[in-house]
Amino acid sequence: MMGERRKWHERLKVTLWTLIVPPTVWAGHFLFSYLWAAISCAKDGRFAKFPMLFTVGTVIALGLIVLSGWVAWKQQRTVGDPPPHEQGTEVDRLRFLAKSTLLLAGLSFVSVLFSALPVVFIGDCR
Amino acid sequence: MSLYDQDDVALREAQEARLRKVWEPPKGLFLRWTDTNNNRVGVWYVLTAFGFMLFAGVLALIMRMQLAVPDNDLVDAGTFNQLFTLHGSVMMFLFAVPMFEAVSIILLPQLLGARDLPFPRLSAFGYWSFLIGGVFVSGSIFFDAAPDGGWFMYPPLTTRTDLSGLGADIWMLGLSFIEVSSVAAAVELIVGVLKCRPPGMRLNLMPLYAWYILVVAVMILFAFPPLIAGDVLFEMERLLDWPFFDAQRGGDPLLWQHLFWIFGHPEVYIVFLPSIALFAMLVPTFARRHLLGYPWIVLAAVGTAFLSFGLWVHHMFATGLPKISLAFFSAASEAVAIPTAVQIFVFIVTLWAGRVVWSTPLLYATGSLAIFVIGGLTGVMVAVAPFDWQAHDTYFVVAHLHYVLIGGTLMPLFAGLYYYWPLITGKKLSDRLGRTAFWLIFVGANLCFFPMHLSGLEGMPRRVFTYPEELGLGGLNLASTIGSFVIAAGVAVIVLDLCRSPWRQKAPRNPWAAGTLEWLAHPDDEDWGIRSIPLIESRYPIWDQEDFVRKVDEGRYFLPDAEEGRRETIVTSVLDARPVSVIRLGGPSWLPILTAVALGGVFILTTYHFYWAALVSGMLTLALVLAWLWTGTAEIPEKPCKPIGHGIELPLYISGDAAPGWWAMFITMMADATAFSGLVFGYYFFWTRHADFPPMAMADGPGVLWPMAALAVGLASWLATVGARKIHARGKIGLARVLVLLGIAASLAGIYAGLAGPWLSGMDPQAHSYPAIVWTLAIWTTAHCGVAAIMLAYVLARSLAGKMTPQHDADIRNVTVYMHFLALTVAVTYLTIGLFPEFA
Repeated sequence: MMGERRKWHERLKVTLWTLIVPPTVWAGHFLFSYLWAAISCAKDGRFAKFPMLFTVGTVIALGLIVLSGWVAWKQQRTVGDPPPHEQGTEVDRLRFLAKSTLLLAGLSFVSVLFSALPVVFIGDCR
Repeated sequence: MSLYDQDDVALREAQEARLRKVWEPPKGLFLRWTDTNNNRVGVWYVLTAFGFMLFAGVLALIMRMQLAVPDNDLVDAGTFNQLFTLHGSVMMFLFAVPMFEAVSIILLPQLLGARDLPFPRLSAFGYWSFLIGGVFVSGSIFFDAAPDGGWFMYPPLTTRTDLSGLGADIWMLGLSFIEVSSVAAAVELIVGVLKCRPPGMRLNLMPLYAWYILVVAVMILFAFPPLIAGDVLFEMERLLDWPFFDAQRGGDPLLWQHLFWIFGHPEVYIVFLPSIALFAMLVPTFARRHLLGYPWIVLAAVGTAFLSFGLWVHHMFATGLPKISLAFFSAASEAVAIPTAVQIFVFIVTLWAGRVVWSTPLLYATGSLAIFVIGGLTGVMVAVAPFDWQAHDTYFVVAHLHYVLIGGTLMPLFAGLYYYWPLITGKKLSDRLGRTAFWLIFVGANLCFFPMHLSGLEGMPRRVFTYPEELGLGGLNLASTIGSFVIAAGVAVIVLDLCRSPWRQKAPRNPWAAGTLEWLAHPDDEDWGIRSIPLIESRYPIWDQEDFVRKVDEGRYFLPDAEEGRRETIVTSVLDARPVSVIRLGGPSWLPILTAVALGGVFILTTYHFYWAALVSGMLTLALVLAWLWTGTAEIPEKPCKPIGHGIELPLYISGDAAPGWWAMFITMMADATAFSGLVFGYYFFWTRHADFPPMAMADGPGVLWPMAALAVGLASWLATVGARKIHARGKIGLARVLVLLGIAASLAGIYAGLAGPWLSGMDPQAHSYPAIVWTLAIWTTAHCGVAAIMLAYVLARSLAGKMTPQHDADIRNVTVYMHFLALTVAVTYLTIGLFPEFA
């Protein structure tokens, strides 16, 4: 079963760094939103509603979060050890990190949506 | 040595005698203070922070007495300003943050089954810095010289020397010094959690307290440095008249608010998460079951940590920023309620699913959650910008923040105090006094702070020293004052309880029947931390692993001995806690205290403008640090490996990214880079906000030539170091030394070239914020070049002294980490000041 036949997303190595991918994407998107608004307001004095740059940035951020969440979803279902998956084994450690990543992906997804909403509702720089 | 050797009682006693001798604390009136053992330094740390809490509490009581009735004249306005500034500053910088560090220094090694944290002398240095800085800042009020600009010290009130006196300098420099000790503690705690876990304690078995500490320590690395950057700019303005915050000369007071709150908001979570972490330890104990939803807690801690960096502008809703910017921060402020609530639900569910044993710590825990939730809900209210415009700078905000901090920090710490007191002293505190104190504090807090919501909504501004009777706020204020004294009575009962502790009987071992590792501690504790370092197979090893306590006590696990007479602990891998090496820990020494005194001298002498004396103190600090490194780090062991039991042999020397020292350097430089990014933020902030940045008359700036030359030599010193490390590892020591020399020369040239740009262009830093920030970036970067030259010279000296060889190359590997960050700093600085914005 395992070995060569593992799919690409199963071969990805899960670490503390992959755990923070979804919230880091949120942070990047947040910084991007803030800078985009601050610079457009300060330099142009206005910004367009549903502007291209912002929409593309948001879609990319959501896409990355979904992707890392999907990989985490697959990995947190890795079989091998019995439930409740709280043992000191390789598989349980993997499942734990993957599950935490999945949860963080959920939170980050919602948070990116939260950060994007102001642009929908607020149309100017006042 | 096998498992069965430990059956021999005589052998065990011999091992214990050796361990006892190695971990024996220094004795004598003066010598005892040179101790570095975490259980002593941690206790000093806790007691000092507790003392500062009581001091700041007394300040609050004086304020409440002044406000008890309208038109009161107990204290004058100036004294009142000093009282509220010092109350806030002491509670935040000298109580909440240091208390978390202190508790962690005590608990973390116990939780991780380590003999001590990886850098015990660094902990001691952090403690002494904290004590010196704390006494300096707090003591100022007795000389009528305390800071009086509010705990967030907004310019221009505080930067103009005609409006604020020495107090502002005392705040800036005294607390900067303490920030250094916080970063030191963060380095210690991160490396401790990642590298000093017992074998088998994979990330998914780590006690949740350790998860929280890891997260919070990382937050400190990213939150404190922007404030340090702000402090640098602030003191440059006060001492040298460089106009960063002076609007008339192209500065901007809002820059300070940004830098302060990028620190200030994560700070709230930095003090909240470690306190709530105590719940994650005591709730399972009293629910008699494993904590439910372990990954959910990790989600909550990591999620809160990230989101907390996207909230800072909600302290600045009333500053007139574009509403779209406010809305981003409002949205993030609402989002942070999600992870915060998740952890509260996890605790509730665990209690629900367990068989609850009622106890004093649990009483504090549940009571504090109730108070915290009220504070959290008003937080959701003030996160909505239009509501905040009404409530901003009123007592509503005072009520909100005190509910959050009392429910989220103070009372959880009291829960922890009642829970962990037996761990530290071997004695339980009184349940009767504890519960009396709880009810006094719980009732007092609500009586004191709930009326403040109302007085705030009725228009009482915060930080006024009195109010007229006609406002009709007398009754609400009197209620608050009575409440504050009820809280004080509760705290007094706790102090009484602590004072009576020495006369009480010892409690049995593990009195709460808990399942986690720290409860291996024995009431008649030895100084060695843990008898043998266990193999961990469960999150609650005392509950789940058979004969666990006996096996640890009989030295049947790892490292049960100290054959070579050295303090040691095991280093393991980050993800799976596989044993990697044994490290030798620093023992008692005068160096941490002396270094703290010398560094304190730099900050304190600068406050009083004794610049030459401060320079001497700085040189002394450098000499002490070098002596510390030379005698205490990267020591070549007498043999390459040693057995730790069960047939495992571990190396005694490691370098590179497996070694704690490498991680410490990496983490320190992350903090350094964050402070630098605060300064760079300043540059781009001015550019974004001001159409005339840089002003036409100064548009040439430092020119292009010198910044590019500085960039070239800076990168050359980096490449020389990287080359030297690689060649050195291949055994070509001579060539490596030549490259190190080249690196030193290039670093020194980098100082000249970096300063030549602004100097030769005649940029006057007092004229405008543009030359001021260019000079600041250039000085920051060239100072780093100077440190690089010193480090490389140190490496060369180590090599010549035979203390660094191709097999033992920690020194040059660690310096290479520094140089990577130097290259980044050099690139950002010189591309910014040389090419931006003309070529952008």
